[in-house]
Amino acid sequence: MSDYNFAYLDEQTKRMIRRAILKALAVPGYQVPFASREMPMPYGWGTGGVQVSAACLVPEDRLKVIDQGADDTTNAVSIRRFFERTAGVATTGRTRDATLIQTRHRIPEEPLTRDQILVYQVPIPEPLRFLEPRETETRKMHSLEEYGLVHVKLYEDIARHGQIATSYAYPVKVEGRYVMDPSPIPKFDNPKLESAAVQLFGAGREQRIYALPPHCKVVSLDFEDHPFVPSKADHACDLCGSDTSYLDEVIVDDAGGRMFVCSDTDYCEGRREAGHLGRLAASGPSAPGQEDAA
Amino acid sequence: MTGGFADPSIQSAWGFRAAMMAMARPGDILKVSGAQAPAGVSVAASVLLLVLCDPETPVWLAPSHHSVALGRWIAFHTGAPVVDRRGDAVFALGAWDSLLPLTDFRIGTAEYPDRSATLIVEMETLRGQGAVLTGPGISEAAGLNLPEVAAFRANRALFPLGCDFFFTSRDRLAALPRSTVVTAPAEVI
Amino acid sequence: MYVAVKGGERAIENAHAWLAEERRGDPAVPELSVAQIREQMALAVNRVMAEGSLYDPDLAALAIKQARGDLIEAVFLIRAYRTTLPRFGSSLPVETAQMRCDRRISATFKDAPGGQVLGPTFDYTHRLLDFKLAAEGDVAPAPQAAPQAGPVPHITDFLNRDGLIQTEEQSEEAPPDLTRQPLEFPANRALRLQSLTRGDEGFVLGLAYSTQRGYARNHAFVGELRIGRVAVEMEVPELGFAIQIGEVELTECETVNQFSGSKTEPAQFTRGYGLVFGQTERKAISMALVDRALRWRELGEDNLGAAAQDEEFVLSHCDNIQATGFLEHIKLPHYVDFQSELELVRRLRAEAEAAREAAE
Repeated sequence: MSDYNFAYLDEQTKRMIRRAILKALAVPGYQVPFASREMPMPYGWGTGGVQVSAACLVPEDRLKVIDQGADDTTNAVSIRRFFERTAGVATTGRTRDATLIQTRHRIPEEPLTRDQILVYQVPIPEPLRFLEPRETETRKMHSLEEYGLVHVKLYEDIARHGQIATSYAYPVKVEGRYVMDPSPIPKFDNPKLESAAVQLFGAGREQRIYALPPHCKVVSLDFEDHPFVPSKADHACDLCGSDTSYLDEVIVDDAGGRMFVCSDTDYCEGRREAGHLGRLAASGPSAPGQEDAA
Repeated sequence: MTGGFADPSIQSAWGFRAAMMAMARPGDILKVSGAQAPAGVSVAASVLLLVLCDPETPVWLAPSHHSVALGRWIAFHTGAPVVDRRGDAVFALGAWDSLLPLTDFRIGTAEYPDRSATLIVEMETLRGQGAVLTGPGISEAAGLNLPEVAAFRANRALFPLGCDFFFTSRDRLAALPRSTVVTAPAEVI
Repeated sequence: MYVAVKGGERAIENAHAWLAEERRGDPAVPELSVAQIREQMALAVNRVMAEGSLYDPDLAALAIKQARGDLIEAVFLIRAYRTTLPRFGSSLPVETAQMRCDRRISATFKDAPGGQVLGPTFDYTHRLLDFKLAAEGDVAPAPQAAPQAGPVPHITDFLNRDGLIQTEEQSEEAPPDLTRQPLEFPANRALRLQSLTRGDEGFVLGLAYSTQRGYARNHAFVGELRIGRVAVEMEVPELGFAIQIGEVELTECETVNQFSGSKTEPAQFTRGYGLVFGQTERKAISMALVDRALRWRELGEDNLGAAAQDEEFVLSHCDNIQATGFLEHIKLPHYVDFQSELELVRRLRAEAEAAREAAE
């Protein structure tokens, strides 16, 4: 523990964030403005998620932090350490053991349960932002439920490419009312947005919090003749053999050799422990990793 | 002044976690502890006041709960101003009949639906039976002994605007966000 | 075993250790003290205080040392520290008319009550590298004069007396607080000024310059620029009156801008305003120009579509801590979203290829 307050933020700040979270849960998919604080980590590196997690954590929590599906990516390590230091909470890499999971860009493969909370780090919370840069305009569009622009964008994709060319941060409609940005998760993860867990989204720099209560209706936008298709690399994991999980592609040599591995490291390890083996699992260390040293 | 949290940051965290889970899962009844306001206020309502109120959140006390002692307790422990008009309140506390009419509370605006009042309704008891709840946060259907149905249906009709509710009794609390569809038991086939 | 993501923890620790070593540099060279930075790098300290929104020269100097001289990084350290500080209350508005000026110049009047004081300025130095500074050496003391007696009234007050410049209405309203409330548009002028005074000097300078070059030109003169110390006073409820709790050095700039009048208003000069912590005159002048450009609506001017007139654009992008964080976050791993794009591009190319083959 440290000299700072439990979970770093002062009580007044946590109250302000907590009130925003309650309103966000009451109006699913609507972005509640909140007075995001400056955190001891850069904007764009998870300050929104960290503030939301800090407002939700209790000392009994078991925290899991993932970035790109993995627990050991450097920014996930850094955020997990921050909470170990400031909240003294236990941490885990196991999805099923975690009570609160903070994530960047992925939803764990294993279905979440009703007592779990998933906190997303969100860079640009406004699904209409790249169609209309002005906050004053997008706010009006949400209030009038005027979402024609998104459909026009998706339709232009179809006209140009023959299909919808949005592969991540794929917009969804929540409970038939608000169009929402699910954060830059691959669209493969979109179906998992309908979950038994509580899902909270925090955008620090943009000062917004939004939420999906459990079992909330979340529909990925599409057209009748071009239905939404979640997609992933057309391979099985080379380590655990899963052909249903989202895969990272790893370049293994300078001759164009590649391997595909689960992006969800806990899921992959769990399968291997249970005896599932992929194409390259037995062949030893074939992939060059990040250097151990800095 | 007594009845506040002994360990505010930890007890607030516990209290909020319960309040959040209640709001996320309408109809769920959760247990809280650690606060006791004077003048007959429940433990659960006391916890909610401490967890959520501060100088930025005007509180309106319904006639059923309007007392000098409670006003002082709120001022001392939270710094929240106690206001005279329902329309100025971010939070309101009282027995159901005493809180009515709901139409005077803030329901948010089209551009900022979050700027609406949250009502803390003190109840005799809380039971998971009664009105039938469906909507976000509820797998199929939930039950809760709401004080009535019509007012909550009218509130739901305002969605995405509307008030949000906590129900408190002794050390238990439940919640009903504006998104929940409320049906009288008789209407359910 | 595949280990690409393992080792993150050790990598971070090693990186921190290496960084600490680099920060210190060659141990044979004496270490900088915080006092040395505060005294000899005062303008850097001022910038860090201004953009960090915290008036504390020692902390700003420490931040500069820790940040290896990267001023935006130093501002970041100060901001992160600042948020953890409890608030005891608000001061009364500072009275810049009571400023003890080290510098006070006007470009609009040759002389005025209070006089022109050049002060410690680079303005008329010839920018020739002074190789004598490469060796350590004492400076000869500067000539002294008795401080000006009497008040130093604002130059614009003289114009205002004759109705030649638009009056700034006094308001008792508490200004909104950028650090405590989410930014909401349209913002009022108090909020815009708050945002500009902690905004990035380079960004605000660039915008100000763009107005001079014709993007919403409003032809500004420096009506007055003053730098000096003012008392900070606070009302103490227990005492029932205000007491001085300290003093701060400020730079204040008021510009006098052309205004040809509108259908409803007779011709009158208008103003832009800049107020910044420390001796920071480039920033204060820039701030005044941008403030003036943002006032187009209130002054009945046309929106020319210029960046400096666009409140949402200016306020959403002038904060260098927000900007640098988001800019640099693209260094973080993005393999998941990149992978999804990769799949998509491959699929689109395969389909195009198939279509071409089918056509042949």
